Amino acid sequence: MKRPIRVLVAKPGLDGHDRGAKVIARAFKDAGMEVIYTGLRQTPEQIVEAAIQEDVDVIALSILSGAHNTLFPKIMNLLKDRGVEEIMVIAGGIIPDEDIPFLKSLGIKEIFTPGTPTSKAVEYIMKNVKVQ
Amino acid sequence: MRDIDLEDLLLKKDKRAIAKAITMAENGDEKVYEIIKNLYNKAGKAYVIGITGPPGVGKSTLTNEIAKFLLKDNYSVGILAVDPTSFFSGGAILGDRVRMSDIALNKNVYMRSMGTRGKLGGLAKATRAAIHILDIVGMNYIIVETSGVGQSEIDIVKTSDTNVMVLSPGMGDDIQAIKSGIMEIGDIFVVNKSDREGADKTAAEINFMLDLNDKSDWRPPVLEVSALYGKGCSTLLSKIMEHRYYLEKTGGLEERRLKNLRWEVLEILMDNFMKALNEKISQESIKELINAEYAGLTNPYMIAEGIYKNLKGGFK
Repeated sequence: MKRPIRVLVAKPGLDGHDRGAKVIARAFKDAGMEVIYTGLRQTPEQIVEAAIQEDVDVIALSILSGAHNTLFPKIMNLLKDRGVEEIMVIAGGIIPDEDIPFLKSLGIKEIFTPGTPTSKAVEYIMKNVKVQ
Repeated sequence: MRDIDLEDLLLKKDKRAIAKAITMAENGDEKVYEIIKNLYNKAGKAYVIGITGPPGVGKSTLTNEIAKFLLKDNYSVGILAVDPTSFFSGGAILGDRVRMSDIALNKNVYMRSMGTRGKLGGLAKATRAAIHILDIVGMNYIIVETSGVGQSEIDIVKTSDTNVMVLSPGMGDDIQAIKSGIMEIGDIFVVNKSDREGADKTAAEINFMLDLNDKSDWRPPVLEVSALYGKGCSTLLSKIMEHRYYLEKTGGLEERRLKNLRWEVLEILMDNFMKALNEKISQESIKELINAEYAGLTNPYMIAEGIYKNLKGGFK
């Protein structure tokens, strides 16, 4: 039997809106994934710790606050420090196009900006996460 | 991670290793049972607290509060939180970490969310294996939060040392309280959200039910708690400890653990038999038996009887 893909949906930083995160969590669930939702206002440390303890395949970051250029590098560094850089990181939210090359250079695999249908993110994970 | 590394890392309480081992159990990777067998001499020290009750009564918030008290006393705490898997997609939203983010970074905590993955009864199939793993790594307390149970999901009572039944005000009339099922399995009853109207009435109804029970030495206490505001949580913890001391003093703990062991062994055996049965039934000879001898019969008892006779003594 194929095991479900495990995804951590996390909202780093201080914004207080998680409608988008909940919509994407629901889309992942409906695609047969196990989604661990951590709630609002998570620090990079909390996100990385949750990803380790939950043994996820993917971290999906949702951010609307504009702090992605500070918070995402912290998360990527922590993943390296803890030796779990094999966990795939994707992100979505209000992220200007000109920031995307920098974020991808950190190792974030894909960025989904506003207006992207949820199916795109689902497809991306299905295609890029191989489960035995 | 190689198996031997995993064993080694588990003994060092490495959280990545704990996580990997639980994943193996969830995915039915048999290698994890070898690891548990090898290290089982370390197990048996953890105390297992079950937190159960219907959806939305505040089990996660309560789990978080209990864990905080235990951490303050320098105990290590493993938390297993079970949420339902979708029957349709096989996916799940595991959302219990939301109420536990203030303890998530504590080095003495390991917290894991599990989907039920088709298992009924309020727990996941791998929950017991995960308990063994957390026990082996030396967690002092393991709190198991069930998926929100309805009226008959009582597997937790076959798993826990102390079982806390959580309810909230306004959940039905007093006939609910005297029904069978989850209302019978609490060692401690909590009426959570006691800041809301009707908490006294709910507590009175539970007390009424408990007074009808045969007198056993342990009369489950009924506590009014407001976990969100931290009210009544220290009383709850002292009642849990009281129940623990009661069980230890009377030999009830040993008796309970033996009963739980019997359930677990039975479940493992049933699993193995089911696998063997499925294999047998898919074999050509059994197919023929169904097709030829019982073709045209719409009577399931006779078909089953024939297969059973054919199988008897055939589990080798």
